[in-house]
Amino acid sequence: MTSLDTAVALAPANAATTASPRRIPDRGGSRLKSLLGSWEFLLLLLFIAIFTANSFASPYFLDVWNLSDATFNFTEKAIVALALTFVILSGEIDISVAGIIALASTAMGAVALAGQPAPVVALTGLGVGLVCGAFNGFLVTVLQLPSIVATIGTMSLFRGLAYGFLGDGAYTQYPDGFDTFGQGYVWEWLSFEFTAFLLLAVLAGIVLHATTIGRKVRAVGFNPEAARFSGIRVRRLKFWLFVATGLAAGLASVMLTSRLGSTRPSIAGGWELEIVTMVVLGGVSINGGVGSIPGVVLAAFVMGLVTFGLGLLNVPGIIMSIVTGAMLIAVIALPALVKRLSAARAKGARR
Amino acid sequence: MSLIKTLALSAAFAVALMGGAASAQEPTRIALVVKSLGNGFFDAANKGAEEAAKELGNTEIIYTGPTTTTAEGQIEVLNSLVSQRVDAIAVSANDPDALAPVLKRAMDRGIKVISWDSGVAPEGRIMHLNPSSNALIGETCLKLAAAALPEGKGDVAILSATATSTNQNVWIEEMKKALPNYPGINIVTTVYGDDLSDKSYREATALLQAHPEVKVIIAPTSVGIVAAAQAVADAGKTGQVFVTGLGLPSEMAGAIKAGTSKSFAIWNPIDLGYSAAMLAHDLVEGDITKVEPGQKLKAGRMGEITVGEGAEAAMSEPFTYDASNIDEFSKIF
Repeated sequence: MTSLDTAVALAPANAATTASPRRIPDRGGSRLKSLLGSWEFLLLLLFIAIFTANSFASPYFLDVWNLSDATFNFTEKAIVALALTFVILSGEIDISVAGIIALASTAMGAVALAGQPAPVVALTGLGVGLVCGAFNGFLVTVLQLPSIVATIGTMSLFRGLAYGFLGDGAYTQYPDGFDTFGQGYVWEWLSFEFTAFLLLAVLAGIVLHATTIGRKVRAVGFNPEAARFSGIRVRRLKFWLFVATGLAAGLASVMLTSRLGSTRPSIAGGWELEIVTMVVLGGVSINGGVGSIPGVVLAAFVMGLVTFGLGLLNVPGIIMSIVTGAMLIAVIALPALVKRLSAARAKGARR
Repeated sequence: MSLIKTLALSAAFAVALMGGAASAQEPTRIALVVKSLGNGFFDAANKGAEEAAKELGNTEIIYTGPTTTTAEGQIEVLNSLVSQRVDAIAVSANDPDALAPVLKRAMDRGIKVISWDSGVAPEGRIMHLNPSSNALIGETCLKLAAAALPEGKGDVAILSATATSTNQNVWIEEMKKALPNYPGINIVTTVYGDDLSDKSYREATALLQAHPEVKVIIAPTSVGIVAAAQAVADAGKTGQVFVTGLGLPSEMAGAIKAGTSKSFAIWNPIDLGYSAAMLAHDLVEGDITKVEPGQKLKAGRMGEITVGEGAEAAMSEPFTYDASNIDEFSKIF
């Protein structure tokens, strides 16, 4: 029913309900039926519901500039979420992403202070992100540390370095033109940030759903042993996924720093949880193997709309985090519940 | 699955109801944006802003802020306020620079922006409201010392933070400038407690021994004033030596009750929120987008507030706290 169900069709409980003889995990059953029952479809419904509710609730919601402003609240996180999707699909996790953003931002501030032009500053941010990602990859794939432990460590390490350099100070001297990345517009109300996110979403979608790399990532997440025996270089693949996530965090850092025009070591505090929430809400199984890019993109929109809509009604942030928390728990609980129900029903039918 | 639909629908309903109730006439909407919600100091400021709104009439205060004191959280809040096209934003900033771009955009769209308490970079606001000015703080410290001295005459000593603390040094300088207005007061010495409780306590104790003629200790630091009061009590000089300066009501309530301090000063958050709302309303009313040094703005019961250099203004002299009001304010901050 959900993509999760179809994907774990090999599980005995669901074997009874699926009829097709040969199944490819992410592409099975009747196309239309599985589409309508899919997680992404549900998210789409939720998205439409929230959008409609918001337009009724606040007269300011349906305004193209306001909606454009609202995208700034989540695009940077969503860009990291796209990359993190691959890491989680492969059965690993990276919670150091916000730390990477802080460290990359600090490095950019130092380079900017030294008088470098905007492109050099931006490249520094990307470079630091890349190196941090590679370091995570090294810890997980070469030293074979569990990714949750390794990235809890690097989370503190990266942010700690930022605090070490900056203390309670701030970098605020950014060169002319650097503000384009976070405050610029490509066309009318279409911001640079949002355009970059859309393009990256398409790229991530193609890579995950239409290339062998995507298929390999899923295979590794499903069953690393089987994947290794079928000739996939699991560790090398995972290494590059961490590098890509670091790079995405670097890019998010460039945009956020440009948007704020300043760097403090507390920058992007708590973002790792919001980013992971986005991925999980998007229907990506935290155990790996299952999930899609459209799901994550929709989840980003849903989260962005919920916070923006509640913000327009001046709902205090505490209530907003309660809503996000409830949404996440519902999302994790629902598939499990549905699966158990359908299993019970299948059992009943066999009798 | 249908559960999600029901949830979404009921959420939509609730949201729609809330929205319907909010739209009435067209009041002036002033957003009071604070560093974080759930902070007594800012709740008190909101009380003041509500008081101003009531006085002004047809004015709505939107009291909001992020849950944690981050610039990103505050920017999200500001974004949604810009979208709502509020008439004015009065913000106490978590980061003077990071908020500037979004506030600049707010001003581009006709919203009047002021900062108060904790300022925003000049390009991100029309004006900034300081709770007080250095001169007023210096003057107030001497006034309180004079009030604690018999007939306003006697020797006083200063317990400061570090020798390099910019704020404290400026205030001490201002005290010395204001001395001619208080001819009975003689400043004997200045000692430094480095804003550490134990060092401040030791310095104050040593001070009491070395200068028995000192009758008042002025501590223009919230750490020093508490330590000095403790030192006076422990030296058995309660009632002979009085401590005054700048302190927090919650921390000084004990000293006031014990009699080691008669009165002390700090800005009053209620007045601050009141003045911020009043000024924001002035800017909306007069469609003022730029203020000049020397310009006077109305602030209700706080009188007129004069704009100074860099479009910064000082609200008033610090508010005096003593036995009559300490209980009320020690609950707030």
